[in-house]
Amino acid sequence: MSITLSEKDNGYIEGFAGFEKTAPGSSLGWLKSIREDAITKFSELGFPTPQDEDWRFTNVAPIARGSFDILQNGQGKVSASDLKPYQFEGEQINELVFINGRYSTELSTTTKLPKGVIVLNLAEAIDSEQDILEENLAKYADFKDEAFTALNTAFMEDGGFIYIPKGTVVEEPIHLLYISTSGENPSITNPRNLIIAEDNCQANIIEHYVSLDENIYFSNVVTEMVIGENSSLGHYLIELESKKAFNISTLRVQQARSSNIRSHSILLGGSLVRNNVHPVLAGEGCDSLINGLFMSTHRQHMDNYMKVEHASPHCDSRQLYNGILDGRSRGVFHGRIIVHEDAQKTDAKQTNRNLLLSDHAQIDTKPQLEIYADDVKCTHGATIGQIDENALFYLRSRGISKETSRDIILNAFTNETLESMTVDSVKNYCANLITDWFNQRKLAQKS
Amino acid sequence: MLEIKNLHVNVEDQEILKGLNLKVNKGEVHSIMGPNGSGKSTLAQVLAGRESYKVTEGEIIFEGKDLLELSPEDRACEGIFMAFQYPVEIPGVANTYLLREALNSVRKYRGEEPLKHIEFAKFAKEKMKIMDIGDNLLKRAVNEGFSGGEKKRNEIFQMQILEPKLSILDETDSGLDIDALKVVAGGVNALRSPERAFLVITHYQRLLDYIVPDFVHVLVDGKIVKSGGKELAYELEDRGYGWIEEEKTAANS
Repeated sequence: MSITLSEKDNGYIEGFAGFEKTAPGSSLGWLKSIREDAITKFSELGFPTPQDEDWRFTNVAPIARGSFDILQNGQGKVSASDLKPYQFEGEQINELVFINGRYSTELSTTTKLPKGVIVLNLAEAIDSEQDILEENLAKYADFKDEAFTALNTAFMEDGGFIYIPKGTVVEEPIHLLYISTSGENPSITNPRNLIIAEDNCQANIIEHYVSLDENIYFSNVVTEMVIGENSSLGHYLIELESKKAFNISTLRVQQARSSNIRSHSILLGGSLVRNNVHPVLAGEGCDSLINGLFMSTHRQHMDNYMKVEHASPHCDSRQLYNGILDGRSRGVFHGRIIVHEDAQKTDAKQTNRNLLLSDHAQIDTKPQLEIYADDVKCTHGATIGQIDENALFYLRSRGISKETSRDIILNAFTNETLESMTVDSVKNYCANLITDWFNQRKLAQKS
Repeated sequence: MLEIKNLHVNVEDQEILKGLNLKVNKGEVHSIMGPNGSGKSTLAQVLAGRESYKVTEGEIIFEGKDLLELSPEDRACEGIFMAFQYPVEIPGVANTYLLREALNSVRKYRGEEPLKHIEFAKFAKEKMKIMDIGDNLLKRAVNEGFSGGEKKRNEIFQMQILEPKLSILDETDSGLDIDALKVVAGGVNALRSPERAFLVITHYQRLLDYIVPDFVHVLVDGKIVKSGGKELAYELEDRGYGWIEEEKTAANS
């Protein structure tokens, strides 16, 4: 028996009634009440529309009109060899694998974890790590105002759970690999990740969304990261969904004093994609880097919504977000910086550069500063352009072929994003993805 | 080496060069002078192969080849180099990367093996000394944040690396102080040989004190109206361009 969600005939509410009975942790009172609050909020909010200021440039009607199955027990045949193309070379693997949103014990491996570090799937953690979960789960990602977060919170059943105790350095990156496989009907998954690092920790976490088929499905992701004092965490989102898929991701980061987050997003797949990154610099002296690159083609729509919230003094944030748009694709960059009244000596900087490779591609970029403190430094800048003809001619006049000159200019652009990635194996993996993207483009142009 | 015959060029549907003739032999240094808007930079751009400059009539033969048939990169590989009046900034591309890529493209064209990193570093070292270029300028992105003088020195440095047969200097001296001018001129003179030729486009006679030309041509309204030796440059410095334009009008009437 599968559960189908759609806006028709109250499908989400009725689907929830069925889902709730068998969902992981259905017997836990606190979890039950979160899920019930969330579905109530979702039914009040409904899907956002372009009348909603935060969704002005992105129409989610294709999702709202759709009907999606919740697949039971991650149906689908995936073997270890299917994972190969999505693994990073040269790293000891700590890898949790999810098939259609549900954890696969056979395909996952965790090795070499330092003492006290817990890496589990959420469905299991709901049983074994109740105290930590009850204290943190759904405490940061806002399901009261954000419809997709509410939807995820109501239907969350699995995902990654990572707990790093005080003073621990996790050398090997932790890889959360989400794989979609074909289903006859469009399906929905609601991956829910919870990452908690106590004080003085260091770790890198990769969320990776891929598809083995070109089917319609909807990944509605929420990740909460809670970072303790003086801890430094890296987060990577690599989005390679099917060309027909919908992906809405929300990364909500809570930062304690002197902590550091480096968030990297590489978005390449999906037909309708929205990437929300929302750090709250809650303690003094925090540092936040949001680094991203989206590359869209055909009729892809990629919306990047950044919300950087400075809530304490002496914090620095940097947004470096670039886009390359081809075909008839459309991109959105929305960079919001909120500086609360107490957040004196804030230093916030935002840069968004966009390269249009086609006359039919389109980008909307919108900076938004809300500043309630009086001693702050906030800057923003956005550029939209095509490949610089002067630069192209300059390189060619030095003997470099037109094609190579183009490649040099494009690589220089994408290197800006790769440069600040610190996990080499992941950086190389992303560099290869980018190269493949350019190569496919060249092939398409030749044919 | 280079022969330009009856060259007519349009920029945005306006005729800029109106029947220019010029012959440059190996080992010669030619200077082209002329008032603003006379077509000096257009000539440089057309020789380098800028596509927005449309040749409507005439021909350019370089080493027996029809230059107008060649792409900008092939011209460079054949041995033509233009030092840009306004060198272009290319963020994210290291200066040294461009140089090596350029040199190896040219070598490949000539059927030579590409230079490895170490070989290239050795080769560049000497030239860096001549042009007073430090390591940090090599590592920085091409022309990004360079001062005016650094940009021009970097152009001549590229020229030194590529060792072209024909070098075109498009107002390389404009905006330079005397020290930078000497370095730039030193770089050019170091390359002078019986095998190479130079086309030095300038507004000011000052540069020609340091790069002594064999011929000076005066370009007015898209045509060369007067040619002479280096003394012509001094005469222009003293008398301006008015008398030449008058001579031309008188000759036409």
